[in-house]
Amino acid sequence: MSANYAAARAVVSTRVEVVAAYPITPATTVPEQVALLYEDGIYKGEFIRVESEHSAIFACVGASSTGARTFTATSANGLLLMAEGIHWAAAARLPIVVNNINRSVSPSWNIHVTHDDSMSFRDAGWIQFYASSVDEMYHTAIQAFKLGEDERVLMPVMVNTDGFVLSHTLSTFDYLEPEEVDKFLPPYDPPHWKMDPEKPVSHGNIVFPEYYQEFRYSMHEGILNAHKVFEEVERDYKKLFGKYFGGPIDCYKCDDADVIFTSQGSMGAEAKDAIDELRNEGYRVGNARMRMIRPFPVDKMRELGSKVKGIAAFDRGASYGFGGHVVNDIRASLYATKYRPLIKSYIGGLGGRDITVDDIKEIVLDTVGAVESGELGPEETWHDLME
Amino acid sequence: MVTTKELPLKEYVLKGNAACAGCQDMVALRHAHKALEGDVIQVVPACCTSVVQSLWPKSGLGIPVLNTAFPAAAATASGVKAALKAKGNNHTQVMVWAGDGGTFDIGLQALSGALERRTDFLYICYNNQVYSNTGTQRSGATPLHAQTTTTWYGKTEPEKMLDLIVAAHEPVYQFTANSSYPRDLYDKIKKAQEIEGPKFGHIFLPCPQAWNYPVEKGVEIGKLAVETGYWIMWERVGDEFILGKYSKRYQDPEKRKPIEEFLKIQGRFSRLFKPKRNEAKIQELQDYVQHRWDLVMKTFT
Repeated sequence: MSANYAAARAVVSTRVEVVAAYPITPATTVPEQVALLYEDGIYKGEFIRVESEHSAIFACVGASSTGARTFTATSANGLLLMAEGIHWAAAARLPIVVNNINRSVSPSWNIHVTHDDSMSFRDAGWIQFYASSVDEMYHTAIQAFKLGEDERVLMPVMVNTDGFVLSHTLSTFDYLEPEEVDKFLPPYDPPHWKMDPEKPVSHGNIVFPEYYQEFRYSMHEGILNAHKVFEEVERDYKKLFGKYFGGPIDCYKCDDADVIFTSQGSMGAEAKDAIDELRNEGYRVGNARMRMIRPFPVDKMRELGSKVKGIAAFDRGASYGFGGHVVNDIRASLYATKYRPLIKSYIGGLGGRDITVDDIKEIVLDTVGAVESGELGPEETWHDLME
Repeated sequence: MVTTKELPLKEYVLKGNAACAGCQDMVALRHAHKALEGDVIQVVPACCTSVVQSLWPKSGLGIPVLNTAFPAAAATASGVKAALKAKGNNHTQVMVWAGDGGTFDIGLQALSGALERRTDFLYICYNNQVYSNTGTQRSGATPLHAQTTTTWYGKTEPEKMLDLIVAAHEPVYQFTANSSYPRDLYDKIKKAQEIEGPKFGHIFLPCPQAWNYPVEKGVEIGKLAVETGYWIMWERVGDEFILGKYSKRYQDPEKRKPIEEFLKIQGRFSRLFKPKRNEAKIQELQDYVQHRWDLVMKTFT
């Protein structure tokens, strides 16, 4: 199945109670599959075919506020249209799970992968994962509910998959029946408040400056708690189902590496091959696949920063005017330490432009060269940029 | 019609809420909740009610209230309803309580979607004809020549015929009401509660702040809206149209009070009378009264 079909299956496995979705352009096949599973009686929750992405996220807000496990899927412009609700869900501490299929933001129309859509919401209070395979996407979606619904966290989770590269690529994955997932994921029961005529509360009413900041601090605490809770989630999941995808940063041959390559999404899988080839050629290089970018795995990054001499940080998107999204987080997380690896930023693969094993090798070797010469050279390189 | 002594004594709109003096929204809300008797989840987008309901950590309403974004009331209510359904609760009424801005303008798409999906909920638009809480800016419900903070010399267009837009979605039950006739409103909410499917109520209510009239005149102005024929009270169950008893007599233009009586008491229409009387503009509003009657009756009967 494709990652999109797997996402729809995760909805079944986790006994989601309400899905609301809209086919924005560029649309994804996740809601189509949810619709089929719903009509066939395999997905037993409610399915709301809303009239816009703004309504999709707010139908999720309404359902989650009433104590239901909720899910939606979107892409690019759809995620952007959700902006108000994305911030709303986080501030309301609603553990909604969104599968965002990373697609390029318009103009121009382009339905292939760029990470700008989800990266625009790094500051919104959502836990963010980037998957590298269909199997990882499916299991991360299941873990996302457990993580977001944990009382110490209570934050929404965005599971990102690269448009087309994963969303439309067929691959096998290990499916879990709802009865199996039950052992891992209990029904969602909001610990603090929900819409209930038996216990009436007002949610979201006016808060003056004397309290507002404390609400925001509690969001920050909640999402930071996800570091520890995710460790527990992954540990339990591995024990129950034998699945483990490598923590917030999935490291491959990093232990003795002089230079590591970091990236988000499907490229991280390709990079393993590039690393293997470079190792065969005698280079001490490793692959650090950034799975979780919010909360940012600062400790893990510092641990890596303490060992390596250079980091080739790849971003499939940009904060226009300040460069790669994740490379700047990597730089920031090391600044307060004494570790000073050379950090080189590479931006590319935008609009679905192919990044091959050879591209990755070229990038890693560029950073290896900088480390060997001791000269940083350009801080930022747009890879494969036409003159 | 329910008699005053038959109205339930229990109050759901609690004392000490943050409403302005003379707020007719509280009159309407109070009677709506007396009819629903507590088994309700109320969804409130940005509007006066989102402000006056309470300041955290207090609540000025004795029912669950979910505040939501300005454009999203009907979508949020769809989610609440789906969650109740998923949990096997088929008795709790999901009620949107939205202002005219959140209904006529920014919330119209979500409302249309929820009606088209045949969502089993009650959507109430309480219409004070202006973005009253936001700073008295003009909305799609603001009448012709009304002064607002974005139409200082009077609005140049009449209001949108929202009821016809809603009717095009064929709700199971649709009504208009007026805060000056609370027992009539009570009956309509009661009736709505008993019908399954999408229901829409449109309540006209004067606002002393935005309309600029003495706070004690709210009921009088609400009644004048009906007696001049400007606001028509009606119900529609399926496609059966019922002209309300309060409006029936004003179907005859001869029996209506002149629109001027409704206008001159409100500061928002002061430029129609000062510095000198603008006969043409007053006549435009007078003509609009008949226009609405013609459209409503032609469409529904």
